[in-house]
Amino acid sequence: MEKKNYTVSIYTENNLGLLSRIAAIFLRRHINIESITASPSEVNDVMRFIIVVNVTEDQIKKIVGQIEKQIEVIRAFYHTQEETIFQETALYKIKSQSFLDDHSIQDFIKETNARIVTVTTEFFVIEKTGKRKEVDELYDTLKPYGLMQFVRSGTIAVTKNEMPISGILEKFNTTNSIS
Amino acid sequence: MEVKTASFEKVEKKAMTVSGAEAVIKCLLEEGVETIYGYPGGAIMPVYDELFKYQDKIHHVLTRHEQGATHAAQGYARVSGKVGVAVATSGPGATNLVTGIADAMIDSTPMVCITGQVGSNLLGSDAFQETDIVGISTPITKWNYQITKAEEIPEIIAKAFYIARSGRPGPVLVDITKDAQFASLDFTYKKCSGIRSYKPYPEVNLLEVERAAGVINNAKKPLIVFGQGVILGGAEDLLKKVVEKAGIPSAWTILGLSALPTDHPLNVGMVGMHGNYAPNLLTNECDVLIAIGMRFDDRVTGNLEHYAKQAKIIHFEIDPAEVNKNVHTDYPVLGNVKETLNSLLDLLKENQHTEWHDRFKELYKEEYKKVVSLNLDVSKPDIHMAEVIQQINEFSKGDAVIVSDVGQHQMKACRYGKFNQTRSNVTSGGLGTMGFALPAAMGAKMAVPEREVVAVIGDGGYQMTIQELGTIFQTKIPVKIVVLNNGFLGMVRQWQQLFFDKRYASTEMINPDFVTIAKGYHLKTNKVTERSELKAAVKEMMESKEAYFLEVKVEQEENVFPMIPTGAAVSDILLE
Repeated sequence: MEKKNYTVSIYTENNLGLLSRIAAIFLRRHINIESITASPSEVNDVMRFIIVVNVTEDQIKKIVGQIEKQIEVIRAFYHTQEETIFQETALYKIKSQSFLDDHSIQDFIKETNARIVTVTTEFFVIEKTGKRKEVDELYDTLKPYGLMQFVRSGTIAVTKNEMPISGILEKFNTTNSIS
Repeated sequence: MEVKTASFEKVEKKAMTVSGAEAVIKCLLEEGVETIYGYPGGAIMPVYDELFKYQDKIHHVLTRHEQGATHAAQGYARVSGKVGVAVATSGPGATNLVTGIADAMIDSTPMVCITGQVGSNLLGSDAFQETDIVGISTPITKWNYQITKAEEIPEIIAKAFYIARSGRPGPVLVDITKDAQFASLDFTYKKCSGIRSYKPYPEVNLLEVERAAGVINNAKKPLIVFGQGVILGGAEDLLKKVVEKAGIPSAWTILGLSALPTDHPLNVGMVGMHGNYAPNLLTNECDVLIAIGMRFDDRVTGNLEHYAKQAKIIHFEIDPAEVNKNVHTDYPVLGNVKETLNSLLDLLKENQHTEWHDRFKELYKEEYKKVVSLNLDVSKPDIHMAEVIQQINEFSKGDAVIVSDVGQHQMKACRYGKFNQTRSNVTSGGLGTMGFALPAAMGAKMAVPEREVVAVIGDGGYQMTIQELGTIFQTKIPVKIVVLNNGFLGMVRQWQQLFFDKRYASTEMINPDFVTIAKGYHLKTNKVTERSELKAAVKEMMESKEAYFLEVKVEQEENVFPMIPTGAAVSDILLE
């Protein structure tokens, strides 16, 4: 079965220790996490993890099943890249001198929809949000100018289809009263 | 008047205020806990101090090692169906629980472990006896939590018990810092009846049940394989009704044993590596395989590439993650088996499958000739393990709880043990934990004091938790202990014989005088070396009102057959 990038979206309670439980599920199966982000979701008090991994569909189905077994996980989904709208953000720190010496770099920033975040006498910080390829292209372009620092975020993604978490939560509340 | 009111309120408030440690005890009482197993130490001392005050309400059993506490709690839980409780201090006390927790996790045993922890101001500082037990136990618990504030105690412990016993049961660990045990809180308790993100039971989909019933009704050669899910779901009677109505030969996994009486005419024995010949062989001939509350463990399936490929697979399962995990399922039926089997029963047509069942009988005859008769052969000089189990059956009449350790004797105890009642077979299945049986038998006996509980242990596993003889002596738990001594780590030796050219690397055991050791713990003892002594010795043991230790010298190099070699198909099962 072919391996490809899957985006796993996990809606969870906002509780301590859950990241370690989720990470352990991948670790135990020797699956390297390509990127991971955690943030509040569209639902109050519900967190959302977005994890990108390169695995087969059979593997991702089993992993999602194990993730959903965790007590504080409300629901986990997996999607192919075609089924999501995904972005990454990167910060590039460049020597100010390089930037001032070559005006073409300013044009390039405009063309790539990057933006300048901070300017000091020592350095500029440029931010770019986009697909991995676009972020990498800007990296390649800026590197000759003296890239002092570079950092890229994990993937953040929303699905093209609806994720009815509020409805799922309501269902949990009505089917859980077994003592 | 105002002063009186204020004074009254003050008294009321004072009555409600307790320490975190006392709150822990009150929570246990609220959950109906009567017996707990544990070992004190610095970080859990406030709880032990309160236990002293409540000793008329909660029986604390001082095991000789924290591992013994978890296994005892497991034995108690497996036989009673209640949540077992183990308590330990921080650091080494907590890490000593790990084997029992892992065992409980893989065998779905409801257990709550409470550990003390260093003060919250010391967390992360490598303080004396500090370990990150929450981190360590994360992959082997159904849930865990570290309490750092006394007021969290009632809610978290209520949640722990709910999670441990609901749905597919499992172990939960609650770690409580010492300052949280000392601090005060206003105690009120409310049992947990639901957690927003946790759905213990999948909703039953009647369409799934109907589809499964249709496939079963049309099957020519159906085979049921049932596991512990039947027992955990309290569906033993329903299983029996389903089996009888549809006339389906039914085999069990090692943890499913005793869900259906062993002498039921449709009980065709154990599946798996050392299971019975017919159910293993015919797994690859049946047209419909109905898995009920079992998880297709690799010891059950052998090589997955050659497992029941010709059959339609129906899987009755509470845990959605188990469906399609190991074996592709054609017809999943999610839900608690008590609900799904109940729905199934009405939809099943009465059937007999006589010819198909005759195939099992024929193959059993072959197994009897090549294996069973040899295992019970009294013409050879040495005593066979199976003979000892037969003698236990003789005196228990199938009504005893048999707790087996791990190894050759375990396979013999499960294959030859006779069980009339459910929850009567206690053994370490998924983890295969040597040292399990002695403490687990103590817990089992405390859960069902009216029943006979016999621990069957090998000489290797016995020495892993032999110190629990001290607990048995102190608490006077009248458990019966049978050590089948062959002077070897028998199962490993068998593999060395079969697959490593008889190189018996580190499997021979030079054993101490077990009888003298048991006598040192003031137990009644006996030792059998001759077959002629066996029957009387087992009789004396079974009739004893006190704890009893019986050592039986058995054949040194006896092997367990049938056997599916590692990596082979279930139908490649060897009889010799």
